[in-house]
Amino acid sequence: MPALPQTLQAVLETFEMFSDPADRTGLLLSYADQFREVPAAVASRPFPKHHLVPHCESEAYVWALKQPDGTLKLHFAVENPSGISAKALATILDRSLSGLPPSEIAAVTPDIVEKIFRQNISMGKGMGLMSMVQAVRSLAKAAEAGR
Amino acid sequence: MSDIAARGYAHPEMLASTEWVAEHLNDPNVRLVESNEDTLLYASGHVPGAVHVDWTADLNDPVRRDYITEKGFSALASRIGITPKTTVVFYGDKNNWWACYALWVFQLFGHKNVRIMDGGRIKWEREGRPMTKDVPAIKPARYPAVERNDKPVRAFRPEVLVHVKGKGQIVDVRSPEEYAGTRMHMPDYPNEGALRGGHIPGAKSVPWARAVNPDDGTFKTANELADLYLKTNKLKKDKPTIAYCRIGERSSHTWFALKYLLGFKNVKNYDGSWTEWGNSVGLPIEK
Repeated sequence: MPALPQTLQAVLETFEMFSDPADRTGLLLSYADQFREVPAAVASRPFPKHHLVPHCESEAYVWALKQPDGTLKLHFAVENPSGISAKALATILDRSLSGLPPSEIAAVTPDIVEKIFRQNISMGKGMGLMSMVQAVRSLAKAAEAGR
Repeated sequence: MSDIAARGYAHPEMLASTEWVAEHLNDPNVRLVESNEDTLLYASGHVPGAVHVDWTADLNDPVRRDYITEKGFSALASRIGITPKTTVVFYGDKNNWWACYALWVFQLFGHKNVRIMDGGRIKWEREGRPMTKDVPAIKPARYPAVERNDKPVRAFRPEVLVHVKGKGQIVDVRSPEEYAGTRMHMPDYPNEGALRGGHIPGAKSVPWARAVNPDDGTFKTANELADLYLKTNKLKKDKPTIAYCRIGERSSHTWFALKYLLGFKNVKNYDGSWTEWGNSVGLPIEK
């Protein structure tokens, strides 16, 4: 199994240090508070449906733009104002994966959701968040293949 | 309450308006309970004085696929400072989907003095009412242990199977895609859902969210609900009815609407839902 990017691994290790649920919640909220929506230069509403993350009830969208140096820049939108967890995950993915080559981003697997959120999410929410990670992987693989 | 009272519900007292809640924020006999799908929401801001009931940590058994015991419920009630006489008003995200779930679990322990804040978090927020991140200091209360009684509101697999064979009323509140079996699980993660797609034989497909007004999350009027459930889907109020979804939370919302708003006499929530039915050997399915 390919190793996770070091930037993401560092995030996971940080979450492992927080055993208290309240502390983990605080950390996640800090990520959610730092969420930045996709800039208008990249996309504007109504967002194209093919960027919609399937199964995500927070109505999240994801983009992966290839940069001149071959790395990817990730962008997200979360239409549900209550989608705090989706915003937190989007921020984590953006901060830890943007700027990396597609091959490294494609190595990330959806099980990071459980490592970040642990069991304190519903099945539906967990599926939605994992789907967000899967969407990022798919875009990275497509970029890697030159599509 | 005048607006709610005018909607023609069987039990209008089961709903509290946001106005009523605002007037009772400091009422010592009222306890506001927030319960959400997204468990980060409460910490990001909530109605002043509201306590958080986390559906996973507070309502479910940590080991068995079941709900808390009598002892667990007494401990929860004590923590959130309620007695059997306290009026507990639930609210949450997703049109009160999880709030209805929490209310349903409280019914297993016979706590009858409950309400749903009509419109939930979204309506409260959109009305510009106060929100806070402060967690209220709650004085623990004594709540005597009450024997859990599943029978009135909870259906188990054997009862559902008998219901199927007797062609009883069953409501599937999942999406049409889930009902038809075209959506089972996320690709590459088959174990997150069910091995078989479809629905319980004879079940009517009535997605749960059709019971609410999409603009403000309030419940539709009794007439509108009657059109949906009684007229369009030909359900009878006087017939035993079972609602289900995937794991029993969305169906709690429909259970609430049928029981309290339309006055169905005998309606239960099958919380094993499709996760259990779709994965079980020997159970029939339809697509």
